[in-house]
Amino acid sequence: MTATKTPRYYPAEDIKPAKATYRVKQNPPRIRKSITPGTVLILLAGRFRGKRVVCLKALESGLLLVSGPYKINGVPLRRVNQAYVIATSTKVDIKGVDVSSITDEYFARSKEAAKDGEEEFFQGDAPKPAVVSDQRKADQKKVDDALLKAVAAVPMLEAYLAAQFTLSSSDKPHLMKF
Amino acid sequence: MVFKRYVEVGRVVLINYGPDAGKLATIIDIVDQNKCLVDGPLEVTGVPRQVIPYSRIALTDLTVKIQRNARQKTLKKAWEEADAMAKWESSSWAKKLAAKKKRASLSDFDRFKVMVAKKQKAEIIAKKMAELGA
Repeated sequence: MTATKTPRYYPAEDIKPAKATYRVKQNPPRIRKSITPGTVLILLAGRFRGKRVVCLKALESGLLLVSGPYKINGVPLRRVNQAYVIATSTKVDIKGVDVSSITDEYFARSKEAAKDGEEEFFQGDAPKPAVVSDQRKADQKKVDDALLKAVAAVPMLEAYLAAQFTLSSSDKPHLMKF
Repeated sequence: MVFKRYVEVGRVVLINYGPDAGKLATIIDIVDQNKCLVDGPLEVTGVPRQVIPYSRIALTDLTVKIQRNARQKTLKKAWEEADAMAKWESSSWAKKLAAKKKRASLSDFDRFKVMVAKKQKAEIIAKKMAELGA
């Protein structure tokens, strides 16, 4: 005999009540303390490994927005992962640089690339020249004009950004201060 | 070969090992064959009064005129009279230690500037050598 009487009405099917799903909390990306807007970074991997670039801001995805500046070392506005970067203690004053319009969506791939798959396949592996949109060029120019002024204010900084980072046989990276 | 630097009361030493490594101190008293009593003085060099083995210190050329077991106050006065700190800083030993420390603390940008300066110096020398007909 049950302590409570079975209720007179119960549903025909056992429907489990929906689990309470908690809204996922979106925290701001965790960036190393040594990386702030204006820090000079050394890129360690990728097409531009060895180059010294200026960090402009941390994007929402956790990647860093970086620019050469393009005129100095050929690195355009680019996203870079902080794991593949050494942050130096050199800082550039980027108060006058406006990068608020550049976000992760700016770098999303366009959907028009996947069209004639068969034709491309038969054409062979000729390297296609990179097509840089006019918008990218315009944004690059806008950002770099302000950046170059800040870089020119510090003596020898332009030559520093143009030079590549290398290790020679007597260097001990674990003892070097960046 | 005669010894020139003696372990004696008043000898200024450089501590090589331990928490006070890299600091100067003076020998106040000798404990036995292996260790001595040493004092900064505390306000001048940052080394408190302690017993330290000879294996952790290096004798310098400087001495300070004090009596055995001198108080910190007398020791400080003796240091000022002998101008020991200034004499130490002007020695090439101290300058080499300072240069080594500076080199280790350079940032990447500083190392770049050093590299450029070295190249400029080499260029001047090479030009002069060419002039002299080497």
